[in-house]
Amino acid sequence: RLEMFRKRPPPEEERRVRANDREYNEKFQYASNCIVTSKYNIITFLPVNLFEQFQEVANTYFLFLLILQLIPQISSLSWFTTIVPLALVLSITAVKDATDDYFRHKSDNQVNNRQSQVLIRGSLQNEKWMNVRVGDIIKLENNQFVAADVLLLFSSEPHGLCYIETAELDGETNMKVRQSVSVTSEPGDPNNLASFDGEVVCEPPNNKLDRFCGTLYWRDKKYTLTNQNMLLRGCVLRNTEACYGLVIFAGPDTKLMQNSGRTKFKRTSIDRLMNTLVLWIFGFLVCMGVILAVGNAVWEREVGSLFQSYLPWDPPVDNFLFSAFLSFWSYVIILNTVVPISLYVSVEVIRLGHSYFINWDQQMFCSQCNTAAAARTTTLNEELGQVEYIFSDKTGTLTQNIMSFNKCSINGQTYGKCTHLTHSHTKSCTYLFKVGDSHTHEFFRLLSLCHTVMSEEKSEGELVYKAQSPDEGALVAAARNFGFMFCSRTPGTITIREMGQPVTYTLLAILDFNNIRKRMSVIVRNPEGRIRLYCKGADTVLLERLHPCNQELMNITSDHLNEYAADGLRTLALAYRDLTEDEWEAWAESHRCAGKATSCREDRLAATYDQIEQDMMLLGATAIEDKLQEGVPETIAILSLANIKIWVLTGDKQETAVNIGYSCKMLTDDMTEVFIISGHTVQSVRQELRSALSFELNGGVKQLQCSPPPPSNLTDNISGEFALVINGHSLAHALEADMETEFVSTACACKAVICCRVTPLQKAQVVELIKKHKKAVTLAIGDGANDVGMIKSAHIGVGISGQEGIQAALASDYSFSQFRFLQRLLLVHGRWSYLRMCRFLCYFFYKNFAFTMVHFWFGFFCGFSAQTVYDQYFITLYNIVYTSLPVLAMGIFDQDVPDHRSLEYPKLYEPGQLNLLFNKREFFICIAQGIYTSVVLFFVPYTVLSDATQSTGVPLADHQTFAMTTATALVIVVSVQIALGTGFWTVINHVCVWGSLGSYFTIMFALHSQTLFRIFPSQFHFVGSAQSTLLQPVVWLTIALATAICIVPVLAVRFLKLALRPRLSDTVRKYTKTHVSEGRLGTRGGSRRSGYAFAHQEGFGELITSGKNMRLSSLALATFASRHSSSWIDTLRRKKHTHTHTPPSTSEEPLFGLTKGQMMMMYI
Amino acid sequence: MGRAKRKPGPLARRPDNSAFKQQRLPAWSPMLTANTVLPFFYFMALICMLLGVWLLLTVQGTQEIKLDYTEAGTCDKCFEKRKNVSSAAESCICKVVFLVEKPFKGDVFFYYGLQNFHQNLRRYMDSRDDGQLVGRKSNLKEPSSYCEPFAKDQNGLPIAPCGAVANSFFNDSFTLTYYGSSGDPVKVPLLRTGITWYTDKNVKYRNPQIDNLTLAQVFEGTAKPLYWKKPVYELDPLDPTNNGFINDDLIVWMREAAFPNFKKLYGVLYHDKLFTDGLPAGNYSIDISYNFPVQYFQGRKEVVLTTLTWFGGQNYFLPIAYLVTSSLILLIAVILTVAWWKFGKKGKNMEE
Repeated sequence: RLEMFRKRPPPEEERRVRANDREYNEKFQYASNCIVTSKYNIITFLPVNLFEQFQEVANTYFLFLLILQLIPQISSLSWFTTIVPLALVLSITAVKDATDDYFRHKSDNQVNNRQSQVLIRGSLQNEKWMNVRVGDIIKLENNQFVAADVLLLFSSEPHGLCYIETAELDGETNMKVRQSVSVTSEPGDPNNLASFDGEVVCEPPNNKLDRFCGTLYWRDKKYTLTNQNMLLRGCVLRNTEACYGLVIFAGPDTKLMQNSGRTKFKRTSIDRLMNTLVLWIFGFLVCMGVILAVGNAVWEREVGSLFQSYLPWDPPVDNFLFSAFLSFWSYVIILNTVVPISLYVSVEVIRLGHSYFINWDQQMFCSQCNTAAAARTTTLNEELGQVEYIFSDKTGTLTQNIMSFNKCSINGQTYGKCTHLTHSHTKSCTYLFKVGDSHTHEFFRLLSLCHTVMSEEKSEGELVYKAQSPDEGALVAAARNFGFMFCSRTPGTITIREMGQPVTYTLLAILDFNNIRKRMSVIVRNPEGRIRLYCKGADTVLLERLHPCNQELMNITSDHLNEYAADGLRTLALAYRDLTEDEWEAWAESHRCAGKATSCREDRLAATYDQIEQDMMLLGATAIEDKLQEGVPETIAILSLANIKIWVLTGDKQETAVNIGYSCKMLTDDMTEVFIISGHTVQSVRQELRSALSFELNGGVKQLQCSPPPPSNLTDNISGEFALVINGHSLAHALEADMETEFVSTACACKAVICCRVTPLQKAQVVELIKKHKKAVTLAIGDGANDVGMIKSAHIGVGISGQEGIQAALASDYSFSQFRFLQRLLLVHGRWSYLRMCRFLCYFFYKNFAFTMVHFWFGFFCGFSAQTVYDQYFITLYNIVYTSLPVLAMGIFDQDVPDHRSLEYPKLYEPGQLNLLFNKREFFICIAQGIYTSVVLFFVPYTVLSDATQSTGVPLADHQTFAMTTATALVIVVSVQIALGTGFWTVINHVCVWGSLGSYFTIMFALHSQTLFRIFPSQFHFVGSAQSTLLQPVVWLTIALATAICIVPVLAVRFLKLALRPRLSDTVRKYTKTHVSEGRLGTRGGSRRSGYAFAHQEGFGELITSGKNMRLSSLALATFASRHSSSWIDTLRRKKHTHTHTPPSTSEEPLFGLTKGQMMMMYI
Repeated sequence: MGRAKRKPGPLARRPDNSAFKQQRLPAWSPMLTANTVLPFFYFMALICMLLGVWLLLTVQGTQEIKLDYTEAGTCDKCFEKRKNVSSAAESCICKVVFLVEKPFKGDVFFYYGLQNFHQNLRRYMDSRDDGQLVGRKSNLKEPSSYCEPFAKDQNGLPIAPCGAVANSFFNDSFTLTYYGSSGDPVKVPLLRTGITWYTDKNVKYRNPQIDNLTLAQVFEGTAKPLYWKKPVYELDPLDPTNNGFINDDLIVWMREAAFPNFKKLYGVLYHDKLFTDGLPAGNYSIDISYNFPVQYFQGRKEVVLTTLTWFGGQNYFLPIAYLVTSSLILLIAVILTVAWWKFGKKGKNMEE
């Protein structure tokens, strides 16, 4: 980091900013508004980048080897055998870093050069963002990005309000209100601001997005400042024509920049295994070195000392022990190729390839939102093939967060047949209502009156509804479709169009929704002067409050409600009550009292509400479909067939969550038991968990006494399917240290787990819990800002993109727009990646052991003098030219079974979860095979060549012939081996395999040519070896023999495995018959689930009645639909994310969608 | 991105539908099935068998005589003599007698062999200057540092050829004599040239070229290697073109052996008079100019006489290895066949 070199001023204690006084503010040397996310410039690039690269252990290791090679007494290999690959690796990485940094420079420039209007000496001047200073007053216009963290001074809107959208900051797409300090908004004329000279004293820069405290001193008065007065950088101004603000924090001090911290770098389990293995190999290397050094000591003492007249020791060597010491290092140099530098590069290349395949996959492209899948992290692909637990958000992930009015029951009569609606518009559906039926009219009148939706007429005459929850929007839209169109509202009136006739009702009171009441009511006076209370709410609460005379209707409606619930619909019951003028007066009075109360205001209000919502007359019930994303049940079924456990973590209420659990087939009625844990105390939660577990263990026979929790390995003998539903407050207890094991063992025994009402933090905690207790790979999928924690803590985070804010997608490792793509990501891409990576690693270790261990055997014949078997160029090029491409091609393109097969047989996914394809055992098998090959490759040529001669009588036992023979045999053996290992021969594989073989011979002949020798006689002293060796039939017979001896056992073992213990993938590959798995996609019976799903938060009720109506200018709304997602913020957030390689893909992304947040737009 | 812009509309970001990007490239997916593997094994066994038999028959047509002369015959005296450093410079001639029972037909090759001599030590192999050997004048006068400590002599004169390899040049010489039926000794003619790689003789080793100067003049200012008796330009007194760096014996020696026991070509029988068909049966003797000391490193010296086939000398390992491999493959093939026949699963686990 560059900051390291920069002198840092002492940390700020507090910040003082005086408006319009640059000289004063300059004293403090506050950071300017210029942001620098780039890491290098042209001069610092090379040193800084190299410094960073050598912080990688592998690179430093190779640098160390290089230094060793420069010591002549040790140097057993020329220095270029190491420097060529090292330089290659370093330069590839440097080019990549440079490209990344170039784009950062570009985006920095773009951001820094944005125009902003600054009030300088009384006039507005255009300035670049980077020139905006702390203390400046800037003017912001609608839909502009806020340039810095500013204190709102003046807004063109009434009450000094302005609206901002913070999607870039925290991912929430709803608008937020900010209000200027009353005293500064008074001037009325922005021009007065030029003379504004208030001074702000506030906290130093920090990263808390929701907190700000400071004081404004102006005209000898103090005004407290809170976050309500702040506009933060990264926000977008909405629905506000203009506003003025005082810059408090600029550039790197802004909360946005303070929040763009270093993202946690995720590693895969294969990575960790690989690192362990590499350490082992180092140990092995040292052992080999020691063995050979001891050998050298013995040899030098016994033989070498006698040979001294022909070859005296080097000057510094005076005894055999020192010689052995040098020999150790020499062998370390020679044998270092067991861990070649190309391993890490190749792994990265393969992962990059897999990431591109994910990005390119058309079947993971969503044409509705025009979003392709994106692998934002390129280092996790193979872990996608090992996932065991999926933690899913509900809203926006499993469901579309689109509500459609599906059915209704009016006065005991059920309507609506179509169960599958494709749009939220119910127009397409045929409902046969009795026209003129008063109940029906009242029903829809209620829907058009009893809500907190706001409407705005757009310029084209279109009505836009802005609903606080999608349910409400759906209901109002439904009423509109059936002739009761909600037109507009004022604080005191609601205007609707009843069958074409505009009618204005006087709004007397809104009894707003909250989670305890689970209902909302309005009290209106109709034009005739009658007062009526309309109420809608959860059937459980509402049915209790009906007038006794409704009993019969209530029974019928209740049956309907059961029916609807069985279809997985969310239901609401509707009722009304006529009020007399006196009743109303009396109640209004008590309501006023309650409203004025200073203590327990909420409770008192609730009590008064309760008081009037009595003796109501039932109108009917509505059923809303919380539309699932496409293909969710199928995906969940396939994933659970693949032994992946799916947990739903949602902020929704238990009923909603369970309902969705049923509708997406996670919960079925075939299940032996669905445990519901909703205790409020530690004891009760423990009790519930234990009884659930003992129930599970006893095969569904309920046990009364609570046995202590059995160890989790007992969970194997569980019969029956179970599911667990746990509430947020219970989860808080369950996550405590002393209960978490019990929770894990109970939950993991269940096929499905649903956690409802969980906070974002709890989501992350649950993921961490499973990571801690189960050695399993976890995947978290979500779409909102509340999922970010869980996405970041899971091994793999998946963000649903293209609908919600970009927060989740930004934090994620993979993003796509439909939950159902998960099956393809895991079962196809993940499975292939895992398979390919495992095959790659097996082969890679094999080929390097086969290559390197030949030196070890040769050591016993060359006096342990660290003489290499091969030509030094062969050693240099073996890993980077002769054998790299075929294995890369296999690692990138190999497929064992076609993609549709892996979806048909989800069981194919299991080897990844069990880690069968590459583990320590497999590694040892590879190593053993490599060593076997090296033995054959050394001893067969040794025995043959030591007696053989050319046909001209020249012996073949010279070193160069031996080197050529062994090298050729090695290249051929490893090529045959990769050919055997490749299961999917595309053109590219053919080109790579044959091309590598061809390149070997071509390069050999070139290196052994006379031309090169004439230029550098000492470097190319193998001149002529290739020709004279490869023309000898006996050499080819030797190579053929060695190849046969190497390959035959491998072939035999593979064939035996295939014939006797075939893996499922082998069988699937062999038999092309299609058995489409039936899965669990059966129908399910209807059991009663009361599904009331409403907003989780209070509505706009208070805002409406308080008269501070939100002003939605039509201009603002028009532009609202086409929000811009700025790519610079993406880049910014990715600043520290240096290991992500996918380029920023967002530009002009239509983010508009029906969002999970608190606002919803319905176009009419 | 550039490509994406060309396709407006809802599918603007849709990835290309190319076989490569969708991983649907046409491909060949070979499977190890019984129908391919088992016949392959039998076929391999057969091929190896045939090769083995053929090679064995070929090898049996060769003849070879190995004669360890380290202390044999009259050489024991020389062996003792070479032990003493004081008498190292003295010449010593000895004779070894042997009997050839069956005549050697065809080309006969004469090798000398050394045992326990490590030409494959790393520093030994490095201790040479290929620049000097290819006739670069700069290297002639200024040998590479790799040649140390055999780069300069005590007087500071550059050694040509420098380095440990050249210094340890094998300098025994042999004369083969045939005692025919009459008992008269006939010297067996040996060709002493043409015993190197073509590239070595013509590319890798070159004498420094200076116009109109004799070889001796060219090498003026250089010293002979320490252990040598003659300077490099006088190695072959009979053939002036076989002197200097392109001397065949030197080139043969400079091609380092890969293993400590090795043989190097000394000469090829010249088909002349008595020897037109090869070596006739009878008594032979070898007169050895015994110069090369081996007792320091407990080595042995030998001479080898052999006839050749197309794949070299008498080399029983290769045919036998092929035969053994063939039988092993056959064994494996039979085991595989039985295993496949008895226990082979045919896709039962698909139903699981």
